[in-house]
Amino acid sequence: MSAEMEAGADVNRVRLALARSEFAVDVDLDLPARGITVLFGASGSGKTTVLRCVAGLERASEGFVRIGGEVWQDDAKGVFLPTWRRSLGYVFQESSLFEHLDARRNLEYGLRRARTPGGREALDEAIELLGIRALLARRPAQLSGGERQRVAIARALATRPRLLLLDEPLASLDLPRRREIMPWLERLRDQLAVPMLYVTHSVDELSRLADRVVVLEQGRTLAAGPVGEVLAQGDLPVLAGEDAAAVIEGVVGERDAHWHLARVRLDGGDGIFVRDGGQAVGARVRMRVLARDVSLALEAPQRSSIQNHLHGVVETVMEDVHPSQALVRVRCCGQALISRLTCKSVEELRIRPGLPVWALVKSAAVIA
Amino acid sequence: MAVLDDGAWQAIRLTLELASLTTLLLLIIATPLAWWLSQTRSKWRAPIGALVTLPLVLPPTVLGFYLLVLMGPQGPLGQLTLALGWGTLSFTFTGLLIGSIVFSLPFAVQPIQHAFEAIGPRPLEAAATLRASPLDAFFTVALPLARPGLLTASILSFAHTVGEFGVVLMIGGNIPGQTRVVSTQIYGHVEAMEYAQAHWLAGGMVAFSFVILLSLSLLRRSGGGFMR
Repeated sequence: MSAEMEAGADVNRVRLALARSEFAVDVDLDLPARGITVLFGASGSGKTTVLRCVAGLERASEGFVRIGGEVWQDDAKGVFLPTWRRSLGYVFQESSLFEHLDARRNLEYGLRRARTPGGREALDEAIELLGIRALLARRPAQLSGGERQRVAIARALATRPRLLLLDEPLASLDLPRRREIMPWLERLRDQLAVPMLYVTHSVDELSRLADRVVVLEQGRTLAAGPVGEVLAQGDLPVLAGEDAAAVIEGVVGERDAHWHLARVRLDGGDGIFVRDGGQAVGARVRMRVLARDVSLALEAPQRSSIQNHLHGVVETVMEDVHPSQALVRVRCCGQALISRLTCKSVEELRIRPGLPVWALVKSAAVIA
Repeated sequence: MAVLDDGAWQAIRLTLELASLTTLLLLIIATPLAWWLSQTRSKWRAPIGALVTLPLVLPPTVLGFYLLVLMGPQGPLGQLTLALGWGTLSFTFTGLLIGSIVFSLPFAVQPIQHAFEAIGPRPLEAAATLRASPLDAFFTVALPLARPGLLTASILSFAHTVGEFGVVLMIGGNIPGQTRVVSTQIYGHVEAMEYAQAHWLAGGMVAFSFVILLSLSLLRRSGGGFMR
């Protein structure tokens, strides 16, 4: 294989190894050219360290970082670019705006230094995307926590980075502020052609924002893949427990004004009813389905209060946290759902991989 | 009769000159030193920090004595200046300036160092992610954010130089127009029993010092918000 083809095969590649007194990190990531890859894990799992190493703020003892085809670190060849020579944007957990500059001059700080062609337009677009035009004359001290983070994100985008790194950007905010910023982040994900590496320990943020997930535990990759697949694995301790849930996607097919319901059609054609949240017909939405809200039946139920019936096939039966229960992964319309059943039901219905079943979804929450 | 005689005005002018020059040079010397002390993890940090603080606790006479020896014809600094054809620095304005800089060094370094430490690593890391080189980040982020510390350092250095006496007497002597500053002038008046002259100068010093301390506390109150 030629060197060129190899470079094209993985344009964004991050391989890091380092040992600290508290933990060791050993990861190998492949980032798609766009979309959000979430680094997910409990605190102390090393996810922030990974992010800081990618940025060059900390140095992995053995590392290879190539972003947009440009090598930032290659310890085999003694290459290490300092942070300020890397084309990246970084959003810190707490506000990192320069207190002595107003919002506009904060935004222009990186723009002036990066001198990337089209930076001015990129900044304008970011100001628009993040809705901060009215805030430009204010000092950071005059901005709310949510506004500061939006300015910080725009500031990071103004340099037209090849990679956007976000380190728990919502963690320092209270719930209402988080809800306020989340839609802006979704817009970035859907509209920017920049790969984003997003660190969080919140399942909520993971479910709403991630395209791909890398689950870290004590510095090691526990699972990696598209969000729907990783969440439905069901055997990841960090994602199991009471709130074990799957994320599925579909398109709003019709809205029923009388019952305030919307029917979301999954890719395979089956549809489920969800509370009408005002999404337009034709909009693509993401739904979170808790394992405890999914029951299984061997035949199509006739008269049941549960109206959402999806036909599927059992993939695996896994142990749950409590010995009385099991988590069953079912593939419906190409997407994975998980269902929490008692082991007794699993035994009596003889639920096993390959069995065709009906998944009865009691409720699904539209999250994005 | 004028309230202050020519000698007094000369002393005041000399004092202000000495204090302004000392402050200016101290800012240039103390800022990089304070930056190094705030950032380094070197094993030399503690000993150098202690050395910088030393003038704060030493009696001015001890400091003045060593500076005198250092600058005298037998001292290393004295031999250097002699070899360069500048003569010795003791009993000259330049010698006094060097003494004042050493004497007020902790008053300049400490506020600046604390200001740099209060900034923390985050703003500088943010600057690096926005393509600012370390030197660029120092001038465009660290220095502006440390402004209250720089102001405090300037005021303290200036006031402390105006108020110095022991070091001046040891290395400057008391030469009118050369090394006679307000504090030594007062001393001279008292020695000569000229209490009226001493009163005017001493009272002026009290008023000056009070204004300095007042403006410092007002500055802290208004400038503090910026740091938070």
